Amino acid sequence: MQKPKLVYTTYIRSTPKDVWAAITKPEFTAQYWGKMTNVSDWKRGSKWEHHNPEHEVWITGKVLESAPPKRLVLSWADPDDLKDKSRVTFEIEKIEDMTCLTVTHGSFTTGSTMAGKVSQGWPKVLSSLKTFLETGKGLNIFCK
Amino acid sequence: MHNVAQMDAVFKALADESRRKLLDQLHQSNGQTLGELCAHLDMTRQAVTKHLLLLEAANLVVVVWRGREKLHYLNPVPIQEISERWIGKYERQRLQALGDLKKGLEQNKTNKKG
Repeated sequence: MQKPKLVYTTYIRSTPKDVWAAITKPEFTAQYWGKMTNVSDWKRGSKWEHHNPEHEVWITGKVLESAPPKRLVLSWADPDDLKDKSRVTFEIEKIEDMTCLTVTHGSFTTGSTMAGKVSQGWPKVLSSLKTFLETGKGLNIFCK
Repeated sequence: MHNVAQMDAVFKALADESRRKLLDQLHQSNGQTLGELCAHLDMTRQAVTKHLLLLEAANLVVVVWRGREKLHYLNPVPIQEISERWIGKYERQRLQALGDLKKGLEQNKTNKKG
């Protein structure tokens, strides 16, 4: 197993089902992920895309594993640079009355520039996701 | 854990130079073992272990097991939450103050004209 590059966790006062929905349903991601949406049928082998509000594809990949509401593994690449492919794993676990979400971003190719691009973004997205699920309102994360 | 308790743990964890050094080490090179971390720091193995436990409890460090190897990762999400909760809030107030100032000055202008 290759050593993952980036690992993030957040404890959310919510249920695994709601955390799964917040990641996979465009109407939810739009509210906390800087108006971006994740689009797919989330079945293993299906394509998934990360869209901006103008429906342009910013990130694209395949659903490598899908076990709602516990585990989702995606391949991750810029559509203009498909060779720079990496892998994102969402793990959702119920811990007492909270849900622990762990995001692991790894399997970067040699010379990949993606890690540098996403390492600023993930903490913001996850902090906003937590606020969205706990208060019903996301943060204005990419407007500052 | 309640959100207030979570934030208390983060502030407490950050209020120590050795622990901040550990976080800086992980920022430089993410996913280090205890041995690797000790090699870069002027601290005993016991002290590093103790500090890492506190950082883990505050969710600033996340542990990933790779076989029998325990890897430590920097998790900046709680720091982001503090930034949103405190800095973001003050920023908004500053913007509000500027907005009010603008409104006040513009009103003054129209009053003078009238």
